[in-house]
Amino acid sequence: MADAPPAPATSRKDWASDQEVRWCPGCGDYSILTAVQLLMPELGVRPESTVFLSGIGCAARLPYYMNTYGLHGIHGRAPAIATGLAMARPDLDVWVITGDGDSLSIGGNHLIHALRRNVNLTILLFNNQIYGLTKGQYSPTSEAGKVTKSTPFGSLDQPFNPLSLALGAEATFVARTHDMDRQHMMETFRRAHAHRGSAFVEIYQNCNVFNDGAFEQVTSKQNRADMLIPLRHGEPIRFGAENEKGVVVDSQGRASIVDVADVGEEALLVHDEARDDPSLAFALSRLAAGPTTPTPIGVFRSVSRMDYGQSVDRQLAAAQERRGPGDLAALLTSAGTWEVNGN
Amino acid sequence: MGVDHVTETASAPAGVEPLEQVVIRFAGDSGDGMQLTGDRFTSVSAALGNDLSTLPNFPAEIRAPAGTLAGVSAFQVHISDHDITTPGDAPDVLVAMNPAALRAELGSLPPGGALLLNSDAFEERNLKKAGYASDPRSDGSLEKYKVYEIPMTSLTLDAVKDLGVKPRDAERSKNFLALGLLSWLYTRPVEPTVEWIQKRFASREQVLAANLAAFRAGHAFGETAELFDHPYTVRPAALEPGTYTNVTGNTALAWGLVAAGHKAGMPVFLGSYPITPASDILHELSKHKNFGVRTFQAEDEIAGVGAALGAAFGGHLGVTTTSGPGLSLKAETLGLAVSLELPLIVVDIQRGGPSTGLPTKTEAADLLQALYGRHGEAPLPVVACLSPSHCFTAALEAARLAVTYRTPVILLSDGYLANGAEPWRLPDVTTLSGIDPNFATEPNHVTDDGTPTFWPYLRDPETLARAWATPGTPGLVHRIGGLEKADGSGDISYDPENHERMTRLRAEKIARIARTIPPLEVEGDPDADILLLGWGSTWGAIGTAARRLRAAGHSVANASLVHLNPFPPNLGEVVRRPKQVLVPELNLGQLTKLVRADFLVDARVISKVQGLPFTAAELEHHVLAALEVPRG
Repeated sequence: MADAPPAPATSRKDWASDQEVRWCPGCGDYSILTAVQLLMPELGVRPESTVFLSGIGCAARLPYYMNTYGLHGIHGRAPAIATGLAMARPDLDVWVITGDGDSLSIGGNHLIHALRRNVNLTILLFNNQIYGLTKGQYSPTSEAGKVTKSTPFGSLDQPFNPLSLALGAEATFVARTHDMDRQHMMETFRRAHAHRGSAFVEIYQNCNVFNDGAFEQVTSKQNRADMLIPLRHGEPIRFGAENEKGVVVDSQGRASIVDVADVGEEALLVHDEARDDPSLAFALSRLAAGPTTPTPIGVFRSVSRMDYGQSVDRQLAAAQERRGPGDLAALLTSAGTWEVNGN
Repeated sequence: MGVDHVTETASAPAGVEPLEQVVIRFAGDSGDGMQLTGDRFTSVSAALGNDLSTLPNFPAEIRAPAGTLAGVSAFQVHISDHDITTPGDAPDVLVAMNPAALRAELGSLPPGGALLLNSDAFEERNLKKAGYASDPRSDGSLEKYKVYEIPMTSLTLDAVKDLGVKPRDAERSKNFLALGLLSWLYTRPVEPTVEWIQKRFASREQVLAANLAAFRAGHAFGETAELFDHPYTVRPAALEPGTYTNVTGNTALAWGLVAAGHKAGMPVFLGSYPITPASDILHELSKHKNFGVRTFQAEDEIAGVGAALGAAFGGHLGVTTTSGPGLSLKAETLGLAVSLELPLIVVDIQRGGPSTGLPTKTEAADLLQALYGRHGEAPLPVVACLSPSHCFTAALEAARLAVTYRTPVILLSDGYLANGAEPWRLPDVTTLSGIDPNFATEPNHVTDDGTPTFWPYLRDPETLARAWATPGTPGLVHRIGGLEKADGSGDISYDPENHERMTRLRAEKIARIARTIPPLEVEGDPDADILLLGWGSTWGAIGTAARRLRAAGHSVANASLVHLNPFPPNLGEVVRRPKQVLVPELNLGQLTKLVRADFLVDARVISKVQGLPFTAAELEHHVLAALEVPRG
């Protein structure tokens, strides 16, 4: 709301509810919760104007731990419920907390439609590549061949690439971060929150009970320099301990990793997150087939398009301007009437 | 050509025979415009002041193969000079645009009924498509009827020949020729239809001219062809004084929702996925954005109800509209809504099932699904619509219950009410009762350390409705969800006794609604030999049948339920007093089962599952049979 007074200063404790946090000790969800709670005071927003909404799964418990309005819904449906809330109440900040099973399996349909409509939501997808709450079945992001309780001979499914999916679904903001880097998470969440429309953030999150170390090859402190490719808008894409590696795009539009010494800095792809055409962002999302080879992190795409709630409100305002505020008596007579007089 | 000829009086123009009522069925191919023709005849009769009731009956296919029985679309309208509540037992007049329409609909025409045939369509190919081995016009099979052969196609082509319309397009105006002829035959005024054609086809000049020419030609044909002795009329009905409009159930229901939002001061939010026969509510509500009504065509049924629930969490009047298959898909979200204790209106326009069933035909077999089709103990109020115009009142009642008791409510209508129309005496909108959302704005609890706080599950001692604070309200932040909540605080609770307490509280809250429901009214002697007990759209046929039976000296009472959960508080007494309880239902006996289970009364069902409503005559027949063989 444009004329609302600035939010009073808050600290992390103002954003933490009195509920006991009940994730497994060592779960990556703790560090994500901390990053969110630390970020909130920096956003200049009010707890009462903030809603955390979730479906089902381990991640979906997060709303209970935030001292804001919150709704813990049903499996996969958080984007649908959030769409209604965001359309009805564009004045609110609505965060959707979800997991890979919740939003890519049972709720896949709602996720893609929320993204294409550009509903004003900040969507945090905790991707741990496993079903945790149901105790360890493979998920739609588990690698092919994954041996789990439900796939004793290895999973046969081709996994989803969450960012490719989001880009294909016309998402206007797509980013990736991981649970081992609080600063990077906070910065990514800040950008996502500032984006008007659907902001989709994939968070690599470790499930130390059922899928421990799934992202270690890229996120551990000792591997990060060589395995994470930071995306910075307007800069050539480079990484490596000595910044010696980079990303180029060939004439076929395929992104690949090169030694900068071989191609020269000017040959490197300069990251442009604001590019309207999503094909380069898509190529970057395909650079790593899974979190086992060098993987880009940061904001892949951030473009401006009117959000759904704003569009809805515009139609409402235009209708009111054209026809005046609703008149119930006039509505009931709008199809034509006749009078019956007493005899 | 009507069932009830009456003595001519001075008020009818010379040569015009007044009838008390007439039932006309228009039948043709689904591309022939029969629904439009019937609709137009209805509107003009409504404006004349007739009481009326309509029964559209059309195939699910948008354009079924032309000339086949599967493609026949029919529209029955009953117009009357007195109060009526059904579309009539059987047509007095059948207008058949082709052999298929004749074959499909002839069975319902009683001997002596009038048949208006488009004789041009009775050529060999069409007869064969309709499955006629010989021409029914000449093989004696129509001997029982008064047959009028009218070359409607060639008359139409002749009427439009100077307009430069292609013959193929010109032929499509023949429904207006039929409308013109029927308008003459029943002395309906010409001008309103002329104006309507001009408005409706304003953007298509040639179509407008052709339809107008055909309509006028049909009227002129009636006047000059001397096929009929004289025209007829049905005088205005002596309805209660007031302002009337002609309304279908779906329109009335949509308006009821707008009115409910208005009265509650809550913007209406409709989350919906297109499904027959509910889509017209989405269409209607999407027109009324100036009322602040938000409509959302969701990606599926689940998203429709999910978005409505999300909007409800935000303080809007959340609504979702669907039919039986969609209600099944929404079941899990309804469980969540029961647990969240948020207002939500779920409209189910029932149709023939299971599965895709008969999408365009009526049935009322979702009652038990509405009452029990959820996981866990998840009671919610169920309200039914009695007639097209009652859909308005029922929608307001559903909203009152949803908002007052913070609960999802299922509102049951059906295909018959949805598409059927009747005159409606408009209520004075200023006298509609208000609905108070009673949003919380202050803390309602003090913690042990003296801090004021908000407990979302503290309840009103009378209604047991929980406290409801919407996001944006300072100081009242809280979390709700599908996990069991501690009584009062709403925190997650796995305590066994708390779960039982909350389960019983949720049930008791719904049961207490009965305190605000008026007692069920019985028409006739409460101790009658037979009580006809119905729910929802059987109301019209039940009332008509019971009144005729009483007039014939039989001891028959009747009552129809609007509230299916909870029942009106006196239902037990109502079903125990008569000697027999018969329950007409468009299912195999769902309310019957409930009455037997709840009250240990030997209620018997009168079933019909043919995609069509009961006629009063059918019910009379059943009651007479039951009276003849009293049960021991």
